[in-house]
Order: sequence, then C-alpha cells, then structure tokens
Amino acid sequence: MLRDIYFTVVGFLRTFGALQLFFLRLLVNSPHIFFGRFRLVVQQVQNSGTLSLVIIMVSGFFVGGVLGLQGYSNLARFNAEDSVGTFAAFSLLKELGPVISALLFAGRAGTALASEIGLMKATDQLSAMEMMAVDPLPRVLVPRFLGGVISMPLLAAVFSAIGLLGAHLVGVNLLGVDAGAFWQQMQSTLDMSDVYEGIIKSVVFGVVVSLLAVWEGYNAIPTAEGVGRATTRTVVISAIAVLILDFMITAMAI
Amino acid sequence: MQQTRSVELGTGLFVLLGLAALFFLTMQTTGSNTLAGEDTYSVTARFSNVGSLKVRAPVAMSGVTIGRVQSVEFDPVSLEAVVVFEIDSRYDQIPDDSDASILTAGILGSQYLGLQAGGSEFSLEDGSEIQFTQSAIIIEQLISKYLFSSSSEKEHE
Repeated sequence: MLRDIYFTVVGFLRTFGALQLFFLRLLVNSPHIFFGRFRLVVQQVQNSGTLSLVIIMVSGFFVGGVLGLQGYSNLARFNAEDSVGTFAAFSLLKELGPVISALLFAGRAGTALASEIGLMKATDQLSAMEMMAVDPLPRVLVPRFLGGVISMPLLAAVFSAIGLLGAHLVGVNLLGVDAGAFWQQMQSTLDMSDVYEGIIKSVVFGVVVSLLAVWEGYNAIPTAEGVGRATTRTVVISAIAVLILDFMITAMAI
Repeated sequence: MQQTRSVELGTGLFVLLGLAALFFLTMQTTGSNTLAGEDTYSVTARFSNVGSLKVRAPVAMSGVTIGRVQSVEFDPVSLEAVVVFEIDSRYDQIPDDSDASILTAGILGSQYLGLQAGGSEFSLEDGSEIQFTQSAIIIEQLISKYLFSSSSEKEHE
C-alpha cells in the first residue's frame, strides 16, 4: 500500500519534471524555427487557428446571446437591465472568452495535434527522421507548438468580440435595452486591466494546451490504441489544467 | 504553389481578424448610434450638479428616448455644468419652457436626462437653452439630510 503511494507520487513527479524539460527544449528551439522556418509556423497557425474559427465564432455568438438573455432576466428584477452590457463584457473578457476558447481549442486543435504526432510516431515517421539525422523536435513539434501559442489568444479575442455582438443583438435588438446605456455603462465600468487579464489568461492557456497536446502526441504508445488514449488524455488534462490555472490567475489578479 | 498561397492567405486573414477583435475589445467604442444618419438638433442645459451623467446617455421624454447627451462640460465662468444634447428632429414640437432633470433608471441603473413638457407656445430649436433644470439627486446628500434633520428634531423634543 505505502509502496504503491510512493511509486505513484514519484512517477507523477518524474512525469511532471520530464514535461518541464520538454517545455524548455521547445522554448530553446522556438526562436530559430520562428525566424528561420516561418513557413512551417504559418502552416500550423492555419491548422490550429484558421480551421478552429468556425466553432469559436458560432460558440461565441451563442454564449454571448445566452449572457444577454440571462443577464437581462436577472438584472430586470433590480431594474438594472441597462447593466446587461457590463455583465456580458465582464463575463466574456475575463472568464468565458479565454476559458471556453481554451476548452474548444483543446477539443478541436489539441486533439488534432496529439493524434497527428502520435500517428507519425506509430508509423515510424519520427524514427525515420532521426535516422536521417533530423531532430523531429524542432522540425515537427516546435512549429505545431508555436502555431497553437499564436492562435489561441487570437481565437479568444474573436470569441469575446463575437460574444459581445451576440449579447448586443439579444439585449438591445431583441429585449429593448437602450443601445447607448449598453455601451456607455460598459465603457465606464471596464478598464484596461480587465482586458489585460483576459489576454494574459488566453496566452497562458494557449501555451499550456499546445504544450500538453504536443507532449501527449510525442509520448503516445505507438499503437492505434495508444494514439487514441493520447488524444483523450490531451482533452482531459488540458481541461483540468485550464480550469485550475484560471482559478490561480484570477486569484492573483484580484 | 497555389496551395501554399491559399494557406498563407487564410492565415493572414485569421491573424488580421484576431487583431481586429482585440482592437475592438480594447476600444469598445463602436456602439450603435441609433440617431446616426438621422437629423437632430442640439439643445443646451445648465445644471449645478450632473451626478454621473455620461456622454451618450439617453434623453427621455415621458420615458421614451428621443435623443442623446452629446457633451458634459464644466463652465469655469458660471461654475455650472453645461450639458449639450441632441434631439431627433422628428420631435420638434417640444415647448421651450420644458424643464430638464437628471434621473436614475432604477436603483443600480445609469443616469439619463429627463424632459418634462412645459406649456409655452414656442418650441425648442437648434441652439436654444433650457431655463428650468433640476440637478441630479445625490443619494449621500439625501441620506445625510435625512439623518441630520431627524437628529435635530429629537433635540427639540
């Protein structure tokens, strides 16, 4: 029993340490890939960013719409339905924008990264590169990691912006909140630090989700089952990591 | 070659869209001007205290929004707040002795400018000034007034 606990703890610490070293290797290799082989990064921004736009925009729009409806019906009890814009902007910019985008990003782009890298490993493509004296880490992993890191904050910003438009559509055009009050209250309440908090969160989530996806793919057991497990683990661990980090960053910002 | 070009184009558009969204969020100034493009005329009113009235706050008459506040400034000579607001030119029959007051929509709501119709034969027009104004009610002042008046009454008893 004690032995089991000991090995679990030690195993966890070893994995965690290996992940940190892996992250460092990615970071060390990032600058020369970004400046030297920018094409590869562009390709990956396309894969994990541009192709995630549809899901992000549709979700953002409806999340914003729901915020408009819920905010209106609850604030109307206090005769404060004019604050629905402030309510939606606060929720979207600081919490829902970065968090939901990160969860969707893990589901849409993270799984794609993990399974792609896992399959490359399972079909011996990574070993073949090593045989040709090409290190797969800078050539395959770093562009994918950078692509995710670049895409995620932009996706979160698109999510929040579209969400605000959705809230405006529901609150102002459907439920009749005054458009001037909607924006004026929002502008007088929010300041730059709220926007920065959202940006910082989305950057951190982008790094974490991309790192975990690349890591899980690279360490997948090279079988069909192993690749499947790597994809699942990517989503599960990313979601947990994002939510815990969200709590920590919020606690630090307050 | 064709494919690389479309990838680059797509990525460029995506990054631009993301940056535009970021810009929109940072500025948040867009706002939809319900009066934009329509004809308006502007009217001035002076208040001793405007509370937290903001630019773009609604101007309402009988509860219906008929215009927007254009600017809120302080006049250093008369030591009063000068509020300039524009009214939709559809409503050009407002008597020129109407009075303006700064009201609050609900307890937590934002402040707006309310107009109360007067009885004059002449109507407000571009550049005219409202004579009768009532300042914003500051809750703290009300409370302190109430507290002090009730305590002084007790002393008299």
